Amino acid sequence: MITFEGVTKRYPGGAVALDDVSLDCPTGEITVFVGTSGGGKTTALRAVNRMVEPTSGRVLIDGRDVREQRPAELRRGIGYVIQHAGLFPHRTIEDNIATVPYLLRWNKKKARARALELMERVGLDHSMAKRYPFQLSGGQQQRVGVARALAADPPIMLMDEPFSAVDPVVRAELQDEFLRLQDELHKTIVFVTHDIDEAIKLGDTIAVFRTGGKVAQVDTPENLLAHPADDFVAGFIGQNRGIRTLSFAGTGELRLSDDAVRPVTADAADLTGLDWILVVDEDRRPLGWTRPAQIGGSLSEAPLAPVGPTFRVGSDSVRVALDAAVLSPSGLAVGVDDAGAVVGTAAGSDLLAVPTHGNGAGGTGHGAGSDG
Amino acid sequence: MDIDWAWIADHRDSLTEHALVHLRLALLPVLFGLLIALPLGVLCRRWGWLYPPALTIANILYAVPSLALFMIFIQYTGLTASTVMIPLTLYSLSVLIPNVVDGLASVSEPVRQAATAMGFGTLRRLMQVELPIAVPVVIAGTRVAAVSSISLVAVGQLIGQGGLGYDIIRGYQLQFQTQIVAATVLIVLLALVTDAILVTVQRLLTPWARARGGAS
Repeated sequence: MITFEGVTKRYPGGAVALDDVSLDCPTGEITVFVGTSGGGKTTALRAVNRMVEPTSGRVLIDGRDVREQRPAELRRGIGYVIQHAGLFPHRTIEDNIATVPYLLRWNKKKARARALELMERVGLDHSMAKRYPFQLSGGQQQRVGVARALAADPPIMLMDEPFSAVDPVVRAELQDEFLRLQDELHKTIVFVTHDIDEAIKLGDTIAVFRTGGKVAQVDTPENLLAHPADDFVAGFIGQNRGIRTLSFAGTGELRLSDDAVRPVTADAADLTGLDWILVVDEDRRPLGWTRPAQIGGSLSEAPLAPVGPTFRVGSDSVRVALDAAVLSPSGLAVGVDDAGAVVGTAAGSDLLAVPTHGNGAGGTGHGAGSDG
Repeated sequence: MDIDWAWIADHRDSLTEHALVHLRLALLPVLFGLLIALPLGVLCRRWGWLYPPALTIANILYAVPSLALFMIFIQYTGLTASTVMIPLTLYSLSVLIPNVVDGLASVSEPVRQAATAMGFGTLRRLMQVELPIAVPVVIAGTRVAAVSSISLVAVGQLIGQGGLGYDIIRGYQLQFQTQIVAATVLIVLLALVTDAILVTVQRLLTPWARARGGAS
């Protein structure tokens, strides 16, 4: 566990970067520092590996003051990932990854074997081992940055806006893989971001920093959304916090309706009373939406409106399902299974009936329960 | 202009010898210049206030005519190679110091920070990260210094230490064009070959820098 005890950082000239910050970053979990720029979140992160020395207060790792260790030694035991990866341009990918093992005087063979192992871990092909950073895309460079931080298997990782400089698609990919990796590795991670969505997606705990280096709230993402401590936090979370709360509600126990689903081979005669029909193929894959009025005979000849986005039952959140409902021509969200076959449909109002933890007293598990 | 090819063939040996002396007189000062500019550049980068005076002094030295510098050093080192090489060393500094400083400045802030955060100490970071990354810029400066040094050496013949400068002055005294042209062409060739070698060295040392110029 990383513990901040009344940490204050005042720069010569009086600027206060951190003001009496006390908080815990639990072992094996992701603690996200989020806030506006100038809020001191990066300063707080750097106090952990002594790149910033507090004016007063102290930072402890598992009860031990970080100042007990020489900075260089301390840092070799703490992984560090930054925004533009900060890869060494003059070193090959494998040597970049093996940086800390080399500093720790591992022999070259062992260090390189470790680098290759990590390339696999973060989804980089071995053929890139001998390349230089400039030959990689931004997303690939960031993966190398993560691999480099993991090289000596440090129990703690500090990550300073590691995914901010890549495009949104790649960012989402990196975030997902990062969570998958953390599921295997259980590192104690401090993650700095200015993006509240990223904080909510990644954090087990979120610490909101406000201008002047004060911590406004430390809480689980669910509680933060449901019960912001003050106007600053509420304002920072933004207008959409109600909708965001739905990110924590699972779709696994939604009751989906099969009423509007018809195979393409079905007879058009028994379609009375339905506004919209979802036409599916023989494997129940969705083909498109149609209205009974538009059908003159067989379903296979009916004009179809595109299905639009679907949600994956179980793995996607209610927020994704709601998004699918809003964008669907019929107003019905289409739930599919892992094979892409239609499980059923749900109207927006059905989705909002699902209880979320944010509405209640604030549990921590995912996957809202609903019983009939 | 008539070129006496037979004379050139007859004097191959002496021309070669003069060319080698010429190279030595020209390139040793660049090497000494690098040995001075590297630590000085590192210090200038570390203490920013040092850079403006260091650069100003180097530039003032560069502005002093070589002849005047020879006259100054001749009192101490006589009519020796040192009297030519010391001024050339000083001249090279006005190119090399800024290049070392710029080279070190070309190390991006994220890279510097990453190195610190990985646990590099100051000296190790300098030797293993900052200086290697500065190499392309430093070599670019070294090319300029080497080529200008090769052309400047000829003036050293005024105190009897000029390599191929000897042949230019001798040719003038004898009104013998062939010798002047041969020496001049050789000097230009030496400069071109030296430059090509430095480019090759840079490519071999810094394969990672190859795409930089082209791509961005």
